[in-house]
Amino acid sequence: MSAVAEGLAGAAPAAAPADPTYPLRRALEAALAPLLALLAAFAAFAVFLLLLDRSPVEFVELVWRGAFGSWFSLQNTLQRAAPLLLTALCVAIPARLGLVIIGGEAAVALGGLAAIAVALPILGGPAPLVWAAMALAGAVAGAAWIGLSGWLRAYRGVNETIASLVLAYIGIALFNHLVEGPLRDPASLNKPSTWGLDEALMLRAMPGTDLHWGLPVGLAACLFTWVLVARTSLGFAGRVTGGNMRAAQLQGLPVKRLMILACCLGGAFAGIAGMIEVAAVHGRANASLLAGYGWSGILIAFLARQNALAIIPMAVLMGGLGAAGGLLQRRMDLPDATVLVLQGFIFVAILASETLQGRIAWFQPRRVDG
Amino acid sequence: MTVRDTISRRALLQGAALAGPALALGARPAEAQANLTIGFIYVGPRDDFGYNQAHAEAAAQLKRMRGIKVVEEEKVAETADVERTMESMIRLDGAKLIYPTSFGYFDPYMLRMAPKYPAVQFRHCGGLWTKDKHPMNTGSYFGYIGMGQYINGVTAAQVTKTKKLGFVAAKPIPQVLINVNSFLLGARSVDPSITVQVIFTGEWSMPVKEAEATNSLANQGCDVITCHVDGPKVVIETAERRGLFTCGYHANQSRLAPKGYLTGAEWQWINVYEPFAKEMQAGKAPGNFVRGGLAEGFVKMSPYGLAVPAAARERSDKVRAEIGKGNFAAFKGPLRDNKGNVVVPAGKSLTETAIELESTNWLVEGVIGAIA
Repeated sequence: MSAVAEGLAGAAPAAAPADPTYPLRRALEAALAPLLALLAAFAAFAVFLLLLDRSPVEFVELVWRGAFGSWFSLQNTLQRAAPLLLTALCVAIPARLGLVIIGGEAAVALGGLAAIAVALPILGGPAPLVWAAMALAGAVAGAAWIGLSGWLRAYRGVNETIASLVLAYIGIALFNHLVEGPLRDPASLNKPSTWGLDEALMLRAMPGTDLHWGLPVGLAACLFTWVLVARTSLGFAGRVTGGNMRAAQLQGLPVKRLMILACCLGGAFAGIAGMIEVAAVHGRANASLLAGYGWSGILIAFLARQNALAIIPMAVLMGGLGAAGGLLQRRMDLPDATVLVLQGFIFVAILASETLQGRIAWFQPRRVDG
Repeated sequence: MTVRDTISRRALLQGAALAGPALALGARPAEAQANLTIGFIYVGPRDDFGYNQAHAEAAAQLKRMRGIKVVEEEKVAETADVERTMESMIRLDGAKLIYPTSFGYFDPYMLRMAPKYPAVQFRHCGGLWTKDKHPMNTGSYFGYIGMGQYINGVTAAQVTKTKKLGFVAAKPIPQVLINVNSFLLGARSVDPSITVQVIFTGEWSMPVKEAEATNSLANQGCDVITCHVDGPKVVIETAERRGLFTCGYHANQSRLAPKGYLTGAEWQWINVYEPFAKEMQAGKAPGNFVRGGLAEGFVKMSPYGLAVPAAARERSDKVRAEIGKGNFAAFKGPLRDNKGNVVVPAGKSLTETAIELESTNWLVEGVIGAIA
């Protein structure tokens, strides 16, 4: 279990009587490390910019303006973050059981496809019913696809990372085949797509904003996952499995079923991300669903150190960089790859900052009475 | 960069002091001289030696026009991202004319932005605009590049030894199929025994598969390769390394294949962008539905490479001149597809503007390959 989670959980019954401020210090440590890492990454990136003869000050100004500086920019950031919240969970939940699942991209695509496939025969139905059916179908498709990797791991001993990656390629190929073949609307000549939702069935933006409902759904999913992992016995069983699988088996925990369940849950969230993309953005399933949300989710889950609550700020950070990226290109005449360089710096810095955890004595539990 | 921006900020303050706070709202002083800001959005990198570069080259030419400021953003996904990019260009850069250049940007993304910003003109590359169905501040422009591939075919046919040509294609959609068919018809107009082997990669940009496909075509004995993928760089380079001839597509790739590059079908978008910009500057909205081919200068051919002998150049130029006159019918009936069905009946012939071609779902006889 990562220190972030423990810190955010705030519960440390063993140390509590001896050192009452320890949980607070631990939370502080968990929050400070990534912040310092961010600063370090920006500092390294500033050097990179100076080498390119660009002004780091202008860069920071533009990131602020493009990502957070106005209501429009903030919405831009949040909208980009929304699908990433869900796809990051597809990585983070299995990771708590020690499984590295990287195939979320296919779960998004197949979730979106299942959602539209279910909606098409009932287009005349009441909108809430259609949306519920779409969400359910998306979740089931995503759960099935990622659950398959979990099953292969649990019952066939196949490495789940490789399985999920290979299954992602198969899933995307299946998606393309169905969109360009049996489910294709013949009128979609040069961009093969399925038949679409009627305008009345599109999920509208939340009142007063340009944001669609993916954001509250993503936030709720992160909160739900955090409670599930940190506060329930099921989550505890999962964490024990992730900590030491043999010990979990000795305790009689249903390790195999837990693994499959975690994969299914993660996959379901990714599938719902696909459903929301279809119902709120595209109106139909086509190659636009393969926008890389599943791949970005991996990055965010690792940045958040697999903690469901930490996924929220990390997704907002990545969304913000995406939102500011355009302004950077336009104003500083930098190629799109510049943002990737910054993301790379941030990724390395935050992962490296993990090694700082537990190294600074002040943050550690103290013995008050020796 | 820094210097320019220092001046900018100072000028901004001066402008704000003179004109009051209203002007300070996101306006940059460069716009004080430039009366028109144009936003270009690309789906891939600007330097892809292909689709996006063709647009970016025209945008670079546009930048030199008086009173024009160009803002560009590359690698924008065909998702809600492109909506935000359009809005950002409009709100933060003051763009009055937006070119979302990728086919998939049109529906629903551009169509969703247009009613929201009625004072902004949106012109989409791809030819999807329909009167009465789509907003009047939107429109589309496109070029008939099939005849460019026809001339590629004519040229390739005069150079090939094996009589087998290769085509690396992205997706089996009408746009691509027209190009494959035109390439074959051009080649067969010189030598009816020629075949074209086509391989679909399934993706607009998938360099690994493009290289595999090129190698596979080379191994099957094709000695001239052309393609329709977003960035032909990998195909052309791989073919050059295998010692094959190549015909370019989208942009000029001769730099990548100094030995084997024969000619290529290129976009010449400046002939759309410049008139549009002038119309905007004159206070008029640019056309809503604009199309053209070689005759209109929307499409041009790359200069011939060293491998094309003088006689072949002459013949290709003759065909080029013929097409330039307009009403050139490359699809002459009776024409069968490669499964034996008649696709153009006897006595009928189709020019590049024929509406029937826009739903092409067949490969013409002589093309080896299948759509599904």
